[in-house]
Amino acid sequence: MNGWKKSGRGAKARLVGTFDAQEAAVLRGLLDEVRQMLAKREADNPADELAVLTGMRTGPSSRPSDRVLARLLPDFTTEDADLAAGLRSLHEPELIEAKDRAAAEVLGGLPAGGGRVELTPAQGDVWLAALNDVRLALGTALDVNEEMSDDVDPDDPRAAHLGIYHWLTFVQDGLVHARMRV
Amino acid sequence: MAAPLPAPTRQVDPAVTEDVASDVPWQAIVWNDPVNLMSYVTYVLQKLFGYPEQKATALMLDVHHKGKAAVSAGDKEKIEADVAKLHAAGLWATMQRSS
Repeated sequence: MNGWKKSGRGAKARLVGTFDAQEAAVLRGLLDEVRQMLAKREADNPADELAVLTGMRTGPSSRPSDRVLARLLPDFTTEDADLAAGLRSLHEPELIEAKDRAAAEVLGGLPAGGGRVELTPAQGDVWLAALNDVRLALGTALDVNEEMSDDVDPDDPRAAHLGIYHWLTFVQDGLVHARMRV
Repeated sequence: MAAPLPAPTRQVDPAVTEDVASDVPWQAIVWNDPVNLMSYVTYVLQKLFGYPEQKATALMLDVHHKGKAAVSAGDKEKIEADVAKLHAAGLWATMQRSS
């Protein structure tokens, strides 16, 4: 991955990047993990009969106890616990669905053995959201902070994962800037 | 937010065109967090709200330096939808009554 380039103009504009086999494997693995976390959250709160009948799904009203999931699925408000519970229940199923769909779309477009990826601007937006979810999950798990340097201390037990986190930052930031040019 | 990079000044096609008024009852608040990139937050604000890059950048910098910023205002239904969109983009957002 050497960043993203724009190719073509107008309706033919594409965002082009190349992933080697290892990079593709790492990103695919992380996307799978995010999907599994979201699927587990959903499985823990199966749709009830009313939801099945009406097609109106409601989700759980309480925040996930896992802090990574809690960051991916934030509260709607901090001021009113009842409102937060109600809005979570109303919106969480569609939020999980949107995140899962984005991760699945990236998995569908990223060759398992690595290779060239060519995205329309709309696909670029989906990739940005999915890459952001992966960074949120990994960054929360690793307790990253704003003062953290890009140079990873090799003695830090998190070193290998921090390296992956910084690489994901590079991939996402490059895609944002390429996307802003089309 | 992380990794400030100078971004070229360009417009992003707005998905929605809306404006922020000061006398409306609810606001969508975006909070600072250590993961979301400054470039990405700016892009999301342009894309979701149709803000010009300058306004989106100013809001992003408010989030970064002050810890939070009100990024849209309106009735409860609109702000609820705005926060849902911000969550889908991965921003840390909440809604509150305007003070």
